[in-house]
Amino acid sequence: MNTVISSAKQTVVIGSDHPFVIIGERINPTGRKVLTKQMIERDMTMVCRDARRQVEAHAHVLDVNAGVPVDGVEPEILRQAIQAVQKTVDVPISIDSSVVEALEEGLAVYEGKALVNSVTYEEERLETVLPLVNKYGAAVVGVANDDTGISNDPQERLRIATQIVERAADHGIPAEDVIIDPLALTVSADDNAALVTLETIRLIREKLGVNMTCGASNISFGLPWRPTVNAAFLSMAIAAGLTSAITNPLEAEIRHTIYAADLLMGHDAYAGNLIQAFRSERKRQQASG
Amino acid sequence: MSREEEIKEGLYEHTLVGEAAEVVELTQEGIDLGMDPLDILFGALIPSLQEVGRLFEIGEYFVPEMLVAARAMQGAMALLRPLLVDKGAEPIGKVVMLTVKGDVHDIGKNLCNIMLEGEGFEIVDLGVNVKPEDVVAATQEHQPQLLGFSAFLTTTMPFFKSNLAALSDAGLRDSVKVMVGGAPVTQEYADSVGADGFAPDASAAVRLAKQLMVDMGYDVSMGGDDGEGATALASAVQAVEELMVKSGQHEE
Repeated sequence: MNTVISSAKQTVVIGSDHPFVIIGERINPTGRKVLTKQMIERDMTMVCRDARRQVEAHAHVLDVNAGVPVDGVEPEILRQAIQAVQKTVDVPISIDSSVVEALEEGLAVYEGKALVNSVTYEEERLETVLPLVNKYGAAVVGVANDDTGISNDPQERLRIATQIVERAADHGIPAEDVIIDPLALTVSADDNAALVTLETIRLIREKLGVNMTCGASNISFGLPWRPTVNAAFLSMAIAAGLTSAITNPLEAEIRHTIYAADLLMGHDAYAGNLIQAFRSERKRQQASG
Repeated sequence: MSREEEIKEGLYEHTLVGEAAEVVELTQEGIDLGMDPLDILFGALIPSLQEVGRLFEIGEYFVPEMLVAARAMQGAMALLRPLLVDKGAEPIGKVVMLTVKGDVHDIGKNLCNIMLEGEGFEIVDLGVNVKPEDVVAATQEHQPQLLGFSAFLTTTMPFFKSNLAALSDAGLRDSVKVMVGGAPVTQEYADSVGADGFAPDASAAVRLAKQLMVDMGYDVSMGGDDGEGATALASAVQAVEELMVKSGQHEE
């Protein structure tokens, strides 16, 4: 099953027979003081810089989140950030907010078929986000949790994912436009966290067949060697059936591991993408060094 | 060295490396020998967690090591708590703590719980992803003086407001003081949603909790340690919270 998203200039296909899709996570003010300050002042300098740098680092899609700690301003800032990113780079955008008004503002100015990040299996969320996704013909990330929270049982996560796909269908959104987030929690707090996610990915691939993405950086919270832990997790998740991830392509270890995993999964004929990425990085290094 | 001293040393060492079973066993042995529970707490457990905090602060310890140490301490607290109450160490107040709806981050909240408990508060922990109606129900059931709301995401912070509105609708807003905290939360934000106080870290949360109790006319002079417990864990908790802020994305 293929999920197609697009900008005005580029189309990206997410699917198990396609190269793994990197959704760049950097444009997000959480924990970033300078970016937060600039966003609140409606200054999009760092947003544009992060967009450029992530695309240079082979991000296929950019996640844009404007969740600053000021009440009521997110819709306007998200709209401005999306407009700024669209002017700066050509890749499609994942519009990231839990505020429905912000999603709507973002979708209204977006040129192409966006990815909406995200909806959970919570009645109020389903009934506000899904009509919006349908109205704008977007794709949507469905997070495998419901009103009762996040289950540690992969079967339960599969059940919720299945219900999200069904509810999306009720709203006229086909299964290929639903990307399930199997949820990666930190292994800092629970040794089994990654195993639960990996098993959920296997189950969803087998029973639902839809595409999947997840915020892969969560897994290593509070640990040393974070990029290594993230990269190891990603390569296991790719083997299990994950087809895209919201992660940081600026970390070479993560970026390189994804290329390597893709090659090993048979998604990169003659290692063409890996070699090309290697050359472009070497060229940039030589240019800057 | 007397057996009591060996027990305290053992508690310190095992808490440091988070060996909960050994900590519980030694705590029980100490209790059986008639050791003063306050001595077990302030003579061994809290200094050990203080060292954990120091190691964390200098980058030697990581989050899982802090968590297992805190869990070991909690195992000991479960045994000590009834004895502390028997000794007449009445709780100085009751706090209902929770992570707001949509949010499952609880490391900071759990450290606040441990510190508040160390200061003599009784804690009712509602866990994570707590709906506004459950905040109201717990407030009715437990009748706390204080409520603590934690949010780690800018996207879940608005639930502070939802919780406060639900309390007002239920006619409970004036019966409690509400403190808020979490990585993205600021004093301005706390003010803007109408919370009674904001604490940037768990040691500040303890000071704030005591101040709010005083504002409500309670006597919070208990503790017996003059805030020693709070200071003991302050560095650990602060370090964790700094790390939580950094965890999402690195600022360059």
